[in-house]
Amino acid sequence: MNRPEIEGDFGADRSTVRLLGWAPLTWYLLFLLGPLALVAATSFATRGVYGGIQWQMSFESFTRAFDPLYLSILFKSFILSLGTTVACFLIGFPVAYSMATSSRSMRNVLILLLAIPFLTNLVIRICALKALTSFDGPLASVLTSLGVAFDPYLLSQNAPLVIFGLISTYLPFMVFPLYAALERFDFSLVEAAEDLGANFLQVCSKVVMPALKGAMLSGVLLVFIPAMGEFLIPDLLGGAKVMLAGNLVSEQFLKARDWPFGSALSFLLMILLGLVVIVVRRWEKKA
Amino acid sequence: MMEQSRPRAPFAMRLILPLVLVALYLPLVVMVLNSFSGWTLNWYVELFHDDSLWTALVRSLSVAISSSLIATFLAACAALALERFVFAGRWPMRILSTISLMLPELVLALSLLSWFSVFHFSLSLATVSIAHVTLTLPFAILVIAARLQSMDGSVEDAARDLGAGEWQVLFRVTLPILKPALISAFTLAFLLSFDDFLVTYFTNGAGGDTLPVKLYSLMKSGLTPKVQALSSVMLIFSVAMVALLVRLQSVRSKSNSIVP
Repeated sequence: MNRPEIEGDFGADRSTVRLLGWAPLTWYLLFLLGPLALVAATSFATRGVYGGIQWQMSFESFTRAFDPLYLSILFKSFILSLGTTVACFLIGFPVAYSMATSSRSMRNVLILLLAIPFLTNLVIRICALKALTSFDGPLASVLTSLGVAFDPYLLSQNAPLVIFGLISTYLPFMVFPLYAALERFDFSLVEAAEDLGANFLQVCSKVVMPALKGAMLSGVLLVFIPAMGEFLIPDLLGGAKVMLAGNLVSEQFLKARDWPFGSALSFLLMILLGLVVIVVRRWEKKA
Repeated sequence: MMEQSRPRAPFAMRLILPLVLVALYLPLVVMVLNSFSGWTLNWYVELFHDDSLWTALVRSLSVAISSSLIATFLAACAALALERFVFAGRWPMRILSTISLMLPELVLALSLLSWFSVFHFSLSLATVSIAHVTLTLPFAILVIAARLQSMDGSVEDAARDLGAGEWQVLFRVTLPILKPALISAFTLAFLLSFDDFLVTYFTNGAGGDTLPVKLYSLMKSGLTPKVQALSSVMLIFSVAMVALLVRLQSVRSKSNSIVP
């Protein structure tokens, strides 16, 4: 960070080499900032007769987005992502803690076991979930033998399955940062607290978790942001019943051909996520 | 280095870990078993003879290779500009890079789709590759910038003292030292691109399916044993990839202990 002052004397700033920096910046302007600005602009445009974009200023898309019907979908996605994040923490913390306190060789095995599903394509894992829950699959036969009544064709498409899919997909994003922080944690503090009479719950809430705050917050962002924009899991596991923000937005682009409305929705989604990031960062600084 | 013993977690807590592993692995096991449905290898033979899958694989590979080559080049430029050069665009680059890390993939996919269609770029493997460069670039920058941060700049200063020009310093000193980081960045970008579904789904033209998109459309039309066989093959590739990464890591940590 303190190098530029020195380098000025050597001439790096006068050399043509520094022009290399403009290549990635140009790329970002052309293929990131430009497209995002276009989405922002499109959200104020009107829909053409044949589904194209008509560059006529209007707030119609935004007023439509605040229609209770669409607002409730956004709200539902927000609650579901929040629930996924909380569930990932409640499951992820014990997992990371038991991993970190097991023997060194066991730890490596466990990291590997979590890394394999984590690095496996989401489409494949959804396919596996469908195999488990298909109408002639193992879950159906277990339910039948237990005498539980169910609709075999809805078994692989329902809201609880979407929730299970979200949690099992995003759990590693919570476990890995927590585990990395626990690896550096000084466990003698736990023993000290226990010697002083703290029970395990107090140890976790007063000693361990405060030390994990940074990791917790990055885990929260890593789970919440992609969950909010999730398209595949509700699309394949929710059937026609579960409509989340990601599906609503993509439907405007792929099926309804109402790009201004789709843009307005993604614009709102970006603002919402931006606010979440700011709130989380504030919280982090306060600590 | 001896490690202090760590107090074990209470039993109730330790119980959650195996449950999580069962929840993660049970579906995968069922899928692999289903792919041998009827106790035959027929489904795998059928996969092997399906030409559309081979073309999808070739598409996936060509997109992954071209986009990660471009992303690695751009990331090296960006990391050098951020860590080494006096560069006016440093802050915009930091901000844009952070935005693209934080952005939901769906929003990136949709905005690129709009962008391409407004400029009448017909959707093809080229548009998919462009989108994948934007998708993977921030990760590649992180890898290379981390190496530059930990690298001792005095080697480069020494080369300058000895009269090397800035381009010579770059090609003879900085880049050779950066080589492992460049390879890691390329590998990471390749894996991210090869694995991507969402951005590809939105930015590819008709009939330009890569392997994950192909799998998705097959699955939409029904969960046949053949689809599960395809998924199982792809699963085995991910397992192999993890094994390879672990192997590389252990080789690296061993060589690190010899040469500090």
